[in-house]
Amino acid sequence: MAIRSFFVPFLLLVLWFYSSLSPVLSLYEDQVGLMDWHQQYIGKVKQAVFSTQKTGRRRVIVSTEENVIASLDLRHGEIFWRHLLGSNDVIDGIDIGLGKYVITLSSGGSILRSWNLPDGQMVWESFLQGPKHSKSLLLLPKHEIDCINVVQTNLKIEKDNVIVVFSNDRLHAVSCIDGEVLWKKDFETESFETQQVIQPPGSDLIYVVGFAASSQFEMYQINARNGELLKHESAIFSSGFLRELSLVSSETVVALDSTGSILLTISFQNGEISFQQTPISNIVEDSSGPAVIIPSSVPGIFAIKINSVTIFIRVIGKGKLEVVEKLNQETAVSNALPISESQQAFALVQHAGSEIHLVAKLAHDWDANLLKESIKMDQQRGIPHKVFINNYIRTDRSHGFRLLIVMEDHSLLLLQQGAIVWSREDGLASIIDVTASELPVERDGVSVAKVEHNLFEWLKGHMLKLKGTLMLASPEDVAAIQSMRLKSSEKSKMARDHNGFRKLLIVLTRAGKLFALHTGDGHIVWSHLLHKSEACQSPVGLNLYQWQVPHHHALDENPSVLVISRCGPSSDAPGVLSFVDTYTGKELNSLSLDHAVVQVIPLPHTDSTEQRLHLLIDSDKHAHLYPKTSEALGIFKREFSNIYWYSVEDHNSIIKGHALKCKCTGEVADEFCFDARDLWSVVFPSESEKITATVTRKLNEMVHTQAKVMADQDVMYKYISRNLLFVATVAPKGSGEIGSVTPEESWLVAYLIDIVTGRILYRVTHHGAQGPVHAVFSENWVVYHFFNLRAHRYEMSVIEIYDQSRADNKDVWKLVLGKHNLTSRISLFSRPEVITKSQSYFFTHSVKAIAVTSTAKGITSKQLLIGTIGDQVLALDKRFLDPRRSVNPTQAEKEEGIIPLTDSLPIIPQSYVTHALRVEGLRGIITVPAKLESTTLVFAHGVDLFFTQLAPSRTYDSLTEDFSYALLLITIVALVAAIFVTWRLSERKELQDKWR
Amino acid sequence: MGSGRRWAVSFSDNSTSPSCRDIRDPPGFTRASVDQDDSTASRQKKDAESNWKAQKAWEVAQAPFKNLLMMGFMMWMAGNTVHLFSIGITFSALWQPVSALQGVGKVFEPYKDSKVELLGPKLLFIALNLGGLALGVWKLNTLGLLPTHASDWVSSLPPAQEVEYSGGGIPL
Repeated sequence: MAIRSFFVPFLLLVLWFYSSLSPVLSLYEDQVGLMDWHQQYIGKVKQAVFSTQKTGRRRVIVSTEENVIASLDLRHGEIFWRHLLGSNDVIDGIDIGLGKYVITLSSGGSILRSWNLPDGQMVWESFLQGPKHSKSLLLLPKHEIDCINVVQTNLKIEKDNVIVVFSNDRLHAVSCIDGEVLWKKDFETESFETQQVIQPPGSDLIYVVGFAASSQFEMYQINARNGELLKHESAIFSSGFLRELSLVSSETVVALDSTGSILLTISFQNGEISFQQTPISNIVEDSSGPAVIIPSSVPGIFAIKINSVTIFIRVIGKGKLEVVEKLNQETAVSNALPISESQQAFALVQHAGSEIHLVAKLAHDWDANLLKESIKMDQQRGIPHKVFINNYIRTDRSHGFRLLIVMEDHSLLLLQQGAIVWSREDGLASIIDVTASELPVERDGVSVAKVEHNLFEWLKGHMLKLKGTLMLASPEDVAAIQSMRLKSSEKSKMARDHNGFRKLLIVLTRAGKLFALHTGDGHIVWSHLLHKSEACQSPVGLNLYQWQVPHHHALDENPSVLVISRCGPSSDAPGVLSFVDTYTGKELNSLSLDHAVVQVIPLPHTDSTEQRLHLLIDSDKHAHLYPKTSEALGIFKREFSNIYWYSVEDHNSIIKGHALKCKCTGEVADEFCFDARDLWSVVFPSESEKITATVTRKLNEMVHTQAKVMADQDVMYKYISRNLLFVATVAPKGSGEIGSVTPEESWLVAYLIDIVTGRILYRVTHHGAQGPVHAVFSENWVVYHFFNLRAHRYEMSVIEIYDQSRADNKDVWKLVLGKHNLTSRISLFSRPEVITKSQSYFFTHSVKAIAVTSTAKGITSKQLLIGTIGDQVLALDKRFLDPRRSVNPTQAEKEEGIIPLTDSLPIIPQSYVTHALRVEGLRGIITVPAKLESTTLVFAHGVDLFFTQLAPSRTYDSLTEDFSYALLLITIVALVAAIFVTWRLSERKELQDKWR
Repeated sequence: MGSGRRWAVSFSDNSTSPSCRDIRDPPGFTRASVDQDDSTASRQKKDAESNWKAQKAWEVAQAPFKNLLMMGFMMWMAGNTVHLFSIGITFSALWQPVSALQGVGKVFEPYKDSKVELLGPKLLFIALNLGGLALGVWKLNTLGLLPTHASDWVSSLPPAQEVEYSGGGIPL
């Protein structure tokens, strides 16, 4: 608990002494978890394999779209172990081998790994290379998963289990024990696209089926023992195939023709291929539109989807088809699960309003349900996307089923016996955008019961604390004190606090779901899945903006955020605006726009209800003003001539500036729509420069002063402009991976561009440098990180920009009397005279993200927050990146705090903000100012989430957590007692003197 | 007429005005001798006292000089960096002359005499204290605590607002 003490100079003095004693910013062991929290996620599950052996803990192995393989506890959903593979090492398939190894195939089928199931240690890794002229290059990424199969066989070759992998146009058989490739088989057919690799149970044959040249069906029969090609058949179907196959039995597959209207049952029994055509209209009445095969592996049954209707069709005997069920709701089908020698079960999950219906059936008997349950489901989870089935034997020897469900919001749920056993909010592993919001102001009046309950707890807590202070506490007491500190209810209260530490973090995930996380302990306050509307079936969330931040006139209004989403993947798809109340998570309003949203410009103006004006640019370069009210229009018209915008076309290396011209000249008169005209453009020579990074200052950044005072009382005026853009370009050759070019061929050019006038204020070339470039812009400086090819090291550069035209404001009397124009509004069209200072340093780490701390008033000194390659966040004082550093600073400069120049930036182990934790898959770092000037809130997100509070110049405006209030109290009591006693003594003495 | 007047008590002391003396002096008391003594012995005594007072007043007036020297020494000891000790010294060096100047009248109260010329000592006292004050201010300046530089007046100036506003970036 920190109490403000601006007015207690004594305490400040104590604090000053205290702070000058501790030279590094770090935590004690027992402070971990007090201010920070860490949450681990895995992302949307792609594939799940259960491991329910009789001995050992029950677990499920999952691979996810965030490229994580994880082992989860089936009882609680906790993570046993987890591995995050690199972004260029996408997982294609997972399985469990021999009951104790997790086998993963990744990197487009070229890396096969085996992990130890109990602890996740890697056992072996083998690289599967295919022929260089492989046709697999022709495969679309969408088909890749279909084309690469891991087939786990129970086949034994010399007491060794074999994994059959098809990848890179080659069939491999790999030993499960040590990863040795036993045999491999290439396919000669031109443009052969493998669709399925099938091994009929109990046979030594492997079938590889696929298409060649769009209308030719190919089948290879291979001996599983040695890879010998036994038979190769092909058949031509004139009207071609859609690239999907559904396996119905081990010797029958179902495909669709290229129009999606005829079902083809292809059987290749005994190596003979035979087609059986069935037009969909023959078996399904009122079928309209093309059908799509839903990938499933249930024997005898396959599913197709026509419009939003899912149809299950059974194959009876020789190519005869029969519709067994039509389902109108969104349905997910599980994998087939063998439950006995001849029986296979599978599950269907249907979404129906606020409930989901679960059905488990036997593959050969559609009418009998093994399981039929309805479970209430939070509507904010959307529809079920995937389902995985697993069984267990009940005490009465019947089969029980548990289902692992992946929902639309990427959450993962385990259902068993009609209830949700556990759920994981794995949508939080893929955060797109973050913004912060205030909590409601605390209301008066707390219920009595709460106070009484709290009183006992409070007394107990204070007794414990007293024990701790007097060093009487036993180890259990110490643990209790620690857990009490961690779980203090103060932290997770749903009301604003005095210091502004408690806030809501509003995050938008890739699934299009908004979450509000409490900064105190990271719990989810509310969540909201973006609604689908008639006009937009699949909105893709893009960005979050603060729409309404009431603080002056509109205090009784709730703050709200604006979510920009797009109706479909293409960039000119119409946009959707959603306004969400941040206190309740209710969607206040949703607008389906008739124009695309290419850029969103929050303007520095608000209307009378504190709604921020936003300018949305569409793909035709029209600007649309929101909110569409006459008041907003009035405000906008006043500032009309001063509003500009710029666009970066990174594919052809052009930056263009635009100004607003007039109202739109369309058929429909829209007074909120404006035409734009091109004002300037900066064209980078495309043969030598390619834009890699652009950074501007954060819109809400506060700067306290425009002057920088030197040691000799000299003043430099910072060039502080919101309209500065940092652009980094690299040589097109050097835009690849590090080391792919020689230093002579690669360079990096950094620009500072005024985005109102298009004036280039500064330009510097780093020869022999290469991207990727990460940069951060704050106040009047930019820090950027790149690779130096000559030195073979990473480098960080800083550019500080100063305004020379103000430098002659040195007359003290003018300043005293206020006769200067330093604070008057300036136009960027007046010619600026700037000087820049820059310096470069080596830096050990490669970097994933850079951010800078931000505080409420901008007085506190800054720290850079560097997301390192090890997924940690390192705090680096800005003083280390000061262009005025020199090898031998003068005494005055030392007093000013200038650090002697060294060639590389120091990495102090204690300054890792994330201390011992890792934010796996770190993608972004966000800083939010607290109300207390010294403190900034830091939120780092990737697959994991991490939040902490930072005080870059230490908490100079509050007492630290370990301040001894008891000592202060005791001192005060002792002093009062001493005063009283001495007063009495002196009275008595005086009396005696008088009697004498 | 004082017809209704029975009695009256006059509180005015008439003892020094012999004209209205209607009570005889007590035996052995001769008024004339006292008056004559005054004119000779007491005058000498008074002269000596006023001399002494004047001397004392000069001494008091010069006292701040010693203080000044001591202060100077302390300041030299304190050095030119801002910390608790130097700030304490400097503020006491500023406070002492100010409080002394406020109490100039009080300091010279005991030496007030019609015959003693106090203007000189007072001026000296004031001058010395002003000197002490100047020393304090000089020290304050050397510590860099006086707003005599441009930097002291601009260090909290907020950045200038810009007329134009631009936003945008890479298309979403």
